[in-house]
Amino acid sequence: MARTVWDSTVGKKTVMAVSGLIMLLYLVAHMIGNLKIYFGAGEFNHYAHWLRTVGEPFMHYEWTLWLIRVVLVVAVVAHAVSAYQLSRRDIKARPSKYVHRRPRATYATRTMRWGGIILGLFIVWHILDLTTGTVHSGGFQEGHPYQNVVDTFSTWYGNVIYIVAMLALGLHIRHGFWSAAQTLGVGTRTRDRALKTIANALALLLTAGFIAVPVGVMTGVVS
Amino acid sequence: MTASSEYTDYATGEPVVDSKAPSGPINERWDKRRFEARLVNPANRRKHTIIVVGTGLAGGSAGATLAEQGYHVVQFCYQDSPRRAHSIAAQGGINAAKNYRNDGDSIHRLFYDTVKGGDFRARESNVHRLAQISVEIIDQCVAQGVPFAREYGGLLDTRSFGGVQVSRTFYARGQTGQQLLLGAYQALSRQIAAGNVEMHPRTEMLDLIVVDGRARGIVARDLITGRTDTYFADAVVLASGGYGNAFYLSTNAMNSNATAIWRAHRRGAYFANPCFTQIHPTCIPRTGDHQSKLTLMSESLRNDGRIWVPKAKGDNRPPNEIPEDERDYYLERIYPSFGNLVPRDIASRAAKNVCDEGRGVGPGGQGVYLDFADAIVRMGRKKVEEKYGNLFDMYERITAENPYEVPMRIYPAVHYTMGGLWVDYDLQTTVPGLFAIGEANFSDHGANRLGASALMQGLADGYFVLPSTINDYLARNPYQDRVTAEHPVVQKVLAETEDRLNLLLSVDGDRTPDSFHREVGELMWEFCGMARTDAGLRKALERIPQIREEFWRRIKVPGTGEEFNQSLEKANRIVDYLELAELMCLDALHRSESCGGHFREESQTPDGEAARRDGEFAYAAAWEFTGTGEAPVLHKEDLVFEYVHPTQRSYA
Amino acid sequence: MKLTLRVWRQKNADAEGAMSTYEVDGISPDMSFLEMLDTLNEELTLRGEEPVAFDHDCREGICGACSLVINGDAHGPERTTTCQLHMRSFKDGDTIDVEPWRASAFPVIKDLVVDRSAFDRIIQAGGYITAPTGSAPEAHATPVPKADADFAFEHAECIGCGACVAACPNGAAMLFTSAKINHLNVLPQGAPERETRVLDMVAQMDEEGFGGCTLTGECATACPKGIPLVSITSMNKEWLRATRKAGRR
Repeated sequence: MARTVWDSTVGKKTVMAVSGLIMLLYLVAHMIGNLKIYFGAGEFNHYAHWLRTVGEPFMHYEWTLWLIRVVLVVAVVAHAVSAYQLSRRDIKARPSKYVHRRPRATYATRTMRWGGIILGLFIVWHILDLTTGTVHSGGFQEGHPYQNVVDTFSTWYGNVIYIVAMLALGLHIRHGFWSAAQTLGVGTRTRDRALKTIANALALLLTAGFIAVPVGVMTGVVS
Repeated sequence: MTASSEYTDYATGEPVVDSKAPSGPINERWDKRRFEARLVNPANRRKHTIIVVGTGLAGGSAGATLAEQGYHVVQFCYQDSPRRAHSIAAQGGINAAKNYRNDGDSIHRLFYDTVKGGDFRARESNVHRLAQISVEIIDQCVAQGVPFAREYGGLLDTRSFGGVQVSRTFYARGQTGQQLLLGAYQALSRQIAAGNVEMHPRTEMLDLIVVDGRARGIVARDLITGRTDTYFADAVVLASGGYGNAFYLSTNAMNSNATAIWRAHRRGAYFANPCFTQIHPTCIPRTGDHQSKLTLMSESLRNDGRIWVPKAKGDNRPPNEIPEDERDYYLERIYPSFGNLVPRDIASRAAKNVCDEGRGVGPGGQGVYLDFADAIVRMGRKKVEEKYGNLFDMYERITAENPYEVPMRIYPAVHYTMGGLWVDYDLQTTVPGLFAIGEANFSDHGANRLGASALMQGLADGYFVLPSTINDYLARNPYQDRVTAEHPVVQKVLAETEDRLNLLLSVDGDRTPDSFHREVGELMWEFCGMARTDAGLRKALERIPQIREEFWRRIKVPGTGEEFNQSLEKANRIVDYLELAELMCLDALHRSESCGGHFREESQTPDGEAARRDGEFAYAAAWEFTGTGEAPVLHKEDLVFEYVHPTQRSYA
Repeated sequence: MKLTLRVWRQKNADAEGAMSTYEVDGISPDMSFLEMLDTLNEELTLRGEEPVAFDHDCREGICGACSLVINGDAHGPERTTTCQLHMRSFKDGDTIDVEPWRASAFPVIKDLVVDRSAFDRIIQAGGYITAPTGSAPEAHATPVPKADADFAFEHAECIGCGACVAACPNGAAMLFTSAKINHLNVLPQGAPERETRVLDMVAQMDEEGFGGCTLTGECATACPKGIPLVSITSMNKEWLRATRKAGRR
C-alpha cells in the first residue's frame, strides 16, 4: 500500500495533504502559544518551560517535545520531497510553453511553489534564530525565549523576514488547505464554498496571529 | 472516358437471391438461422483473423464481440481514436420494443412500423430480426454502463420519436449516439488491452484484397507515415458508415467517406439501392459558400414549433414584422391532420417546394422559419427552455440569433444513406468472406429510415447478428491457404493503390480537392437530392464524367505520399465519390417510381405525394461494377411481403 | 474581415516547429474557426504550399477531434469546441495565434495535430465495465437512482478532446481520467470493478507522463462539456478508498 501511495501522483498529493494538515495543526498551537507573549515574560517563559515537561512523569523531560519535533521533521521532509518530485514531474509533463502567453490561475496557486521554498528557508532561519540561537542577534539566552523574541524583532531584517514569511504562509494555507480537502476527497459541490471560507479564515487567522508578535515588539507593547 | 449515354445503357443480370434467409414463421427465422449456422470450435477461433474496418456503433460492437468470442480481430479507423466515429453525433435515441410503457408496443409493432416507414422496400426477415434484437441491445448497453435517462423511480425513461404512436425510444439527453458509442468503445478498449484486438487508428482502408474469389484482406494507408500496407484475414467486415458526403454538404463528419465500400464494390460486392438517401428536414441552413458541413437539430423541435414562410415571394421583412395573415404555415395547410409532424421526407420536400417558389427566407432564400412564438405563449418560456434549451443554445451558438425572440431558420440536409453494399441475411456481401454492417449495408431501412433506428441497427448488426452469422462462413472455410504480401494478387492491388496515390500527387493542376468535391456535391444536391426527374438525372449523368475527366487533369495535391497529408486523403476519397455519384444517379434514374426518400416528380399522386409502383419496383436494386464509367449490371432482389402488406402512405 | 494568423508549423514529430504568419481576407463572421482555416488552406494549396494540418471531424462539437489552442486558450475564447467557435468572436484586423495542444504525453504529429493515444490507453487500463455481449441481465433488473444516473451522465459527456491537458500548467489528465472513473464508479453495474478501475486508470495516467494536479482549475475552465473541477476530488476519494481496501486485503 505504501508503495502504491508513494508511486502515484494522487498518492504523493495525499502525502502532501496529510503532512500539510499536521503542520497546520501544529501552527495553530504554535500561534496560540506565541500570543502568550502579550501576557509578559513570566507567563511566556513558563509556557516555554512547560513545553519541555509535558507528559511528565510518564514522559521524561523534553520527550514529548522531541516527539513533536520528529513528527514535524517527517512532515516537512515528506511535504517537501513530494512537492519537489511532483513539481519535477509537472514541469516534465509540459516541457514547452505556449508562444501566446496569458496570466493563468490565482495568485495563491501560482505562488505555491515559490511560497513553499520561502517557507522552507524561513523554517531553517527560524530554528537557527530562536531554537539553537546560532544566528541570533544579540546574546541568545537558553531558557529565556521572551527576551530572545524581543531581540529578534528589534532588528529590521528580523521583522522583514518574519512578516514576509507569514504573508507567504497565509497564501500557502489559503490554497493548501482547500487543495488538501480536494486531495483527500472531502470536497463536494455543496461544500466548496464552506471549504474556501474555512481556508481563507485559517489563512487570515494564522497570518494575523503570528504577525501580532513582531507588531507587538515594534509598537513597544511587548518589550 | 465513356459517354453517359452508354453508362445508362445498363444490362439486367440474373436476380440476386438471399440464400441464407430461412423460411417459416417470421418470428422463428432468426432462431432457426442461428441453429442452422455452423459453429467454430472455441479452441479454433483464435486461429482465425477477422479484419473490421470502422469503429462506430456497428464496427466497435462487432470488434469487441468477435474478440470476446475468441477471434483475433484486426481493426481500423481513420480517426485518431476509435471513440470518435461519427455514430457519436446521433442525438435522438434508440428504439427498442421493450413495451415498458405498456402502451401496446411489441416486437411485431416495431417490425411493422419499420417496414412501413421504409415504404416497403426493405426485407421483412431482416427487419423482424432487428425488432427482436432491439430488446437485447438495451440490456447490453445498460450492463455496460450507458447512462440512459431515468425516471425518479430509477427505471429507464422513454419517449416517442419520429411520429410513432408508442413511446419506445430510449435516450441519453441529446447525446444518445455518444453514450452508446462510448459503451462500444469501452468494450473494444477492454479487448485491445487483453490483446484480442489489434487496433490501427489513423489508418484508412484503400482497397480490398480478393484472392480466389474470397475476401482475404485489405490495403490500408497509415495516415501518419503515409505508408500503404497490406493486412490479411480469413474474413473482412466493413463497418465504414454511409456515403452521404457524396453530396459534399451533409450532416456526416467531414472525413466520413465511401472509399471502403466503393472499393469493395469495385472488387465485386454489389451495391444496393444507392439512390436511397435520407434528407432531414430540421438542419441549420448554410450561411455561405464557406459552409463545410451542416448541423442537424433534433426533429423533436417539430413537436412544438410551427413551420412557415411568407405568403409573398421575395418578402424580406424581418419575420416579426410579417403579420399573421401574410404567413403561410404550409405544412398545416397541406397536411391538416399531421401538420408539422409529417414524416421527414414529406417535410423536407415541402420546404424545398416553397423555397423553389421564391418564398424561402434567410441568406440565399434557402430556409424556412421554425417558430416557437406560439409555443412560448402556450407553454411559457420556462417550459420551452426545459424541453428544448440545449437545442436553442446550439442554434444560437451557430447562428448568433436568439430563437426565443426570432424564429429559427431551418433547411433540409443529407443525413443518412439507406443504400449500401448488398448483403444477405447473414450480412455477407456478394464477395464471400466480405461482410458489411451498420450504415454500410443496405438491409433494414428500405427507402426511408425511421428516427432512432440507425443506432438500433448498428448495434444489432455488431453485437448480435454478425457475431452469430460469421461463424457459419468461417466454419465452412476453416483452412484457407495463407495469403502473404508476395501473392501476385496482393502485389497487384497494392501497386494499383500506390499508383492511384502517386497519380493524384503528380497531376499538379490548378484546382483544390475541395473545389471538385463541392462541384459534384452541388450537382448531386440539385439533381439527385430531394426531388429527382428523368431530365435532371440525365443531365447529372452527362456532367459527372466531365467532372471526373477534369479532376484527373486539374487536381492539385501538395506534399508527398510519405507523410501526414490531409489533401491526399481528401483527393483520394473524391476519386470514389466521382464514381459513386454516377451510380447513385443511375439508380435514381432507373427507379422511375417514388418511394420513401426517393421522390421522382414523374411519379406522384394527384395531391403531390410519392407514388410507389409496387408492380414494377418491389425489389432491391443491386448493381454490379463493370468498370469506371461503364454501364453496371443490375441484379434485382425481389421483395416479398408476407406479413406487412404494402399500402400507400397518406398523411393528408 | 481581415485577419493575421500566426500558426504553429511543424513538418513532423522530429522536426523543429515555429510560428508562421499568414494573412487571410474576406472572412465572414458566420464562419466557424475551422472554416476560416479551410479558407487559408485553399489559398495555400493554390499557391503550391502545404496546407496547415489540423484534426477535425464531426464539426458539431461532439467527436472531440478538433484541438487548437487559440490565443493561449484551449478551444479559444468561448467555452466550446474549436469547431463550434465562430469568427464573430474576433474583430476585423485581429492577430490570432494558433498552436497545438502542448503536453509531453501529446506529442505533435504535424503542425496542429497531436497524438492523443495516451487517452485510449487510460481507458484500456480500466475505463469499462466487463459485460461481454449476451451476458446482460434484463435492463430493469437493477434500478439506478436518478441522481446517480444524472451524475454518471454528466461525467460520461466527456468527449476526450484533451483540452483539460492542454490548459493545465502541469499537463495533467486528471479531469479526463476522473470523468470516466466517476461515470462508471457511481453506477451499480460498475461496482464490481470499482477499486481496480480507479487504481489501474490512475496508474496508467501516471505511466503516460501526464503531470499532477495542483488544482488551478484551468482544466474545468477549458472543458467544452463543463466537467467540473470537483470531479477530480471525487476521483481522489475513490482512489483513497480503493487504496485502503487494497491495503486491507
